[in-house]
Amino acid sequence: MTQLALVIDLNVCVGCHACVTSCKEWNTSGVSGPMFDDAPYGKDPTGTFFNRVQTYEIGCFPNTETLHFPKSCLHCEEAPCVPVCPTGASHKRDQDGIVLVDYDKCIGCKYCSWACPYGAREFDEHQKVMKKCTLCYDRIYNQDFPESERKPACVLSCPTSARLFGDVHDPESDVSVAIRERGGYQLMPEWGTKPANHYLPRRKTRKQIHAEDLVRVDNPLSKEDIRRETSKDITLDDWLM
Amino acid sequence: MHPAFSVIFLTTLIGVGQGMFLAVFTGESYAAVHLLPGQDSSAFYALGTAVALAFMVLGLFAAVFHLGKPSYFITRAWRGITQWRTSWLSRELIMLPLTMFLVFLYAVFHYFGWGKDLAVPPTLVLGSITTAAVFGLFLATGMIYASLKFIREWYCSLTVINYVLLGGASGFTLAAAFSAYQAPELVTFYAIWAMIITAAGLVTRGASLIRNARIKPIATMQSAIGVRHTHIQQKSMGMMGGSYNTREYFHHKTRAFLKSVKWIFLVLAFAAPLALLALGQGGNVELLLAAFGVQYVGLLFERWFFFAQANHPQNLYYQTV
Ligand code: SF4
Ligand code: SF4
Ligand code: SF4
Repeated sequence: MTQLALVIDLNVCVGCHACVTSCKEWNTSGVSGPMFDDAPYGKDPTGTFFNRVQTYEIGCFPNTETLHFPKSCLHCEEAPCVPVCPTGASHKRDQDGIVLVDYDKCIGCKYCSWACPYGAREFDEHQKVMKKCTLCYDRIYNQDFPESERKPACVLSCPTSARLFGDVHDPESDVSVAIRERGGYQLMPEWGTKPANHYLPRRKTRKQIHAEDLVRVDNPLSKEDIRRETSKDITLDDWLM
Repeated sequence: MHPAFSVIFLTTLIGVGQGMFLAVFTGESYAAVHLLPGQDSSAFYALGTAVALAFMVLGLFAAVFHLGKPSYFITRAWRGITQWRTSWLSRELIMLPLTMFLVFLYAVFHYFGWGKDLAVPPTLVLGSITTAAVFGLFLATGMIYASLKFIREWYCSLTVINYVLLGGASGFTLAAAFSAYQAPELVTFYAIWAMIITAAGLVTRGASLIRNARIKPIATMQSAIGVRHTHIQQKSMGMMGGSYNTREYFHHKTRAFLKSVKWIFLVLAFAAPLALLALGQGGNVELLLAAFGVQYVGLLFERWFFFAQANHPQNLYYQTV
């Protein structure tokens, strides 16, 4: 069985919001649109988005670290938002595991959004139906695009390639390898929702420096250091002469 | 959660209607075994059931405004009955009109006095079926909330019990006031039952208040973003002017406001009606009507608090609201 998903690399996400705007641009004009914007230049701009980037500060000054955190529907394998829907509008596709809302069936009761622990769904105040990330199902199979562009808009737009897309059930896919080898994890695993989307953690490249790396034990210079009494020991270099 | 007035009115109004029907049918079944004096079919049973039905119709009317657009009631709401296998909301959407239809039938049988001279009057059979439907509806309404395991305040059998007892209490209080007009010899019976159910409701609602005050969240900031650190501070929520996430899941009121609503409903829904019922059980119409009015308003506060108190785990991602 296929389960398409995103894997988001928090180590390289710079919080530029390119995925947010490209998601909105693609989807507002695609089959999932329009996505409303109210007072975009006013005091309290608001609107419908399928994807948001949040920012967290971890630690206390001066030992702080900034984490940019993109958040969209995780296309959970045990999606709690699906069985609660009274109309069947909220559904999970068998063929690729994408969780979608059928706008023509939705009655706008918002019950599914109560059942999603991640707050991944947003009610469209103008169209009066529930909306969420579609995993760009109208791009990824679109024969009008060249093969290389049959990917979600947010994945294509990310300047640091922080977003990977693929089948997490195929053990050899890029996303599965990334999850396996780079410590991919799920959000709030304690709820048992089995999110298909995974996140790759922040990683630091540290070098462990030992004292021996800095001071050579048998340093020949120490033999010739006229400021101190020189050693009578034989050094490695004496053998080489 | 943000308390929606459509749902507050829906759940309280159908609760009154369901409780009132149970009260009327209790009267009929007690009379069938000669524990209570029988009443006139149309003036008491049919009229009382019609009052119950009126409350349920009002509740249904309120529910229409919970839909995205009221027009969905005509065009799409029928789809809501299709997912009864998995969705408690779908089950409620089935049980509500079904119960209303049965209540209506029961009233019609009484109004025309059909089969009332038979050994087993059809109204008793119909009433028993309707009673089962009323409890089924209570169960569906309560389970809509009690089945959401992420919302810890609701995920508890007390949620369902409270819906049954609070609906029953307001219905029996209304029945006490109604019988003061139509059947004075039943006033004490209904008033005493109303007091018993109200007191029971106070116990279970109080128990859920105590439970919720000690509740421990399961999800944490650490598991929400997957970072192991004791100090995580949100700097940006991804938007400036708010979104559905900041509107739907927060009540935007102060802690003090919430606390005062709690005391208001404890007084209005429980203490005051208990006192008024005790004073009015002799048949004082004004006191009994006041008891119902006060209790209903108290239940509006109670329902508001029920929603506002629920803390959704998605709020972990919205710390700077
Ligand atoms: S993230 Fe939320 S909306 Fe998306 S599948 Fe999971 S529960 Fe459903
Ligand atoms: S808002 Fe729409 S998709 Fe969500 S539960 Fe209600 S009908 Fe289903
Ligand atoms: S997969 Fe598509 S719909 Fe989902 S966040 Fe990315 S661009 Fe938006």
